[in-house]
Amino acid sequence: MLRYIGKRLLISIVTMFVILSLLFLLLEFMPGSPFNDEKLNEQQKELLYEKYGLNKPIHERFFIYTTNILKGDFGVSYTIEKNAPVSRMLETRMPISIRLGLQALVFGSLIGVVLASIAAVYKNSKWDTMTTIFAVIGISIPSYVFALGLSYFLGYKLTLAGYPIFPMTYNLYRPIQSSILPTVALSMFVIATVARFMRTELVEVLGSDYIMLAEAKGLTAKKVIFRHSIRNALIPVVTVLGPLTVGLMTGSLVIERIFGIPGIGDLLVTAISVNDFNVVIAISFFYSLFYIIMALFIDVIYGVIDPRIRVDKGGE
Amino acid sequence: MEKIIEVKNLHVSFKTHNGTVKAIRGVDFDLYKGETLAIVGESGSGKSVTTKVLMGILAKNGIIDEGEVLYNGKDLTKLSKKEMVAIRGKEIAMIFQDPMTSLNPTMTIGYQISESLIEHQDLDKKTARLKAIELIELVGIIEPEKRYRQYPHQLSGGMRQRIVIAIALACNPKILIADEPTTALDVTIQAQILELIKELQIKIGLSIIFITHDLGVVANVADRIAVMYAGKIVEYGDSAEVFYEPKHPYTWGLLASVPDMDDQDNELYSIHGAPPNLLYPPKGDAFSARSEYALNIDLEEQPPFFKISDTHYAATWLLHEDAPKIEMPQSLLKRIEEMKKGALNHGK
Repeated sequence: MLRYIGKRLLISIVTMFVILSLLFLLLEFMPGSPFNDEKLNEQQKELLYEKYGLNKPIHERFFIYTTNILKGDFGVSYTIEKNAPVSRMLETRMPISIRLGLQALVFGSLIGVVLASIAAVYKNSKWDTMTTIFAVIGISIPSYVFALGLSYFLGYKLTLAGYPIFPMTYNLYRPIQSSILPTVALSMFVIATVARFMRTELVEVLGSDYIMLAEAKGLTAKKVIFRHSIRNALIPVVTVLGPLTVGLMTGSLVIERIFGIPGIGDLLVTAISVNDFNVVIAISFFYSLFYIIMALFIDVIYGVIDPRIRVDKGGE
Repeated sequence: MEKIIEVKNLHVSFKTHNGTVKAIRGVDFDLYKGETLAIVGESGSGKSVTTKVLMGILAKNGIIDEGEVLYNGKDLTKLSKKEMVAIRGKEIAMIFQDPMTSLNPTMTIGYQISESLIEHQDLDKKTARLKAIELIELVGIIEPEKRYRQYPHQLSGGMRQRIVIAIALACNPKILIADEPTTALDVTIQAQILELIKELQIKIGLSIIFITHDLGVVANVADRIAVMYAGKIVEYGDSAEVFYEPKHPYTWGLLASVPDMDDQDNELYSIHGAPPNLLYPPKGDAFSARSEYALNIDLEEQPPFFKISDTHYAATWLLHEDAPKIEMPQSLLKRIEEMKKGALNHGK
């Protein structure tokens, strides 16, 4: 197992390096520069390039950049917050996006699993149909529609009616309460996805021979479902949850805009539009890093859930 | 002998999109204490459904229309879910066809055995573990403690079926239902599993209902045989009676279609046609459409059971006193004679 993890880590490091090179190259080819201000003349631009070391040849810049990253230095922002270190900008914003994403993930998966279980156990009943309808809605309607709806009805209207339970926008001083609405809006897609995948799998598991054997053992229906079925039905769900989690943790632009959340989703889009290269690379870097960590994590989770894919001595 | 289970006039149907399938159309049989009753029939004849009624694990769209299953004076078909849970596994246990899929892949062997011990016998975890290891040993697996910790995928098919048997025996059931327990195994392992079941039956005093479509297997294990066709029992009797003096044309067909190692010249016999669609069960004898001996009355009325001996009955109009005297085909007669000789030689 240790050897396996070591190997995976090595591959991950190489992957990260490749991603970094690609990012660097792609941004190099992007038209425009951070200093496209009309008020600047050529000479001033030249000075700025000189100051940030942007006139050096690309391989030299790449070398400087990578060695700096290893020291935790992602450079400075050129335009958004002039000369502020990117690492500091991310320091305050990233935790907010990650926390929101994880909240949505946990809440969404829990509700999704519950819905899927009800739907699968009472297959073809009205509960099943309702879950299906809910899942279709959750998958097909974009999260910002939910976000706007929630913000309007539960945020605005309820506050007007004298029950200021849910703040309409994110409030740094009330991080939990003000994150409820965005969490719910973000989790709709998770709920729908988990419910769909899990229901299908659970129906299959419930019809399997080992469930029949568990029933034949004289276990109560409750034990058959909780002990023997749910864990087995989780395996494919974990697969879809991985990429979904990364998407959630790296922040959703729209949700962050609607609720005024100072996260990184918002920052990334701004950075791209104003050619703040260092910020773009840094965020993309973390995005990829999360992906790789998530993939590794999911492999470990697989092993925990399903002993058949555990990487150890195994069968004989 | 003491009856342990009485099935009386059982009718079961399934609601499907196409209509109601009458899977069981009036089945009666008794299971005596300590015997092995084999229920033989082709796929779809209703043999598995019958046993699922006994276990109370009929699929949700299955309905028991009529009849009763008496066990200890209780009608199993009328019990509540809770009462049935207490009987399942503890009084009546079951083993299934495919050992590769009957164990939960995400749980250790040990857990799956001790689970029912904890459930039914209120043992604590430690005692359950010891008992489970004992059971693994009982079903003939070496290194039981190592196996206890392993997962199903680490065991061979034969070993897994032994584990399934160990699970079934965990709570000292009185009745064991074996639903084609050897079908998915290769021939040498089949023999070992059959041997194990017989051995355990003597040791523990089980009554066994053995479901199979393989007459070769039946010959080895059964005390009595019931032949099922299209949701009904068509012939039943002691093993020797059904094997050596079959009366129903369907039983003839089944026996004739067992491959014969000595006869390499003739093509393997098969019963032509297919069983009737039980969405629309036939009015008369369900086998008449495939039988070369069908009489006119077969199309009109279902045959009752005719008594051949105290233990041997068959439901075919051919046994009616007014029916033409028809004997089984010569080729089959010859084979049965050979079988008898073989059995005698084997006995010596």
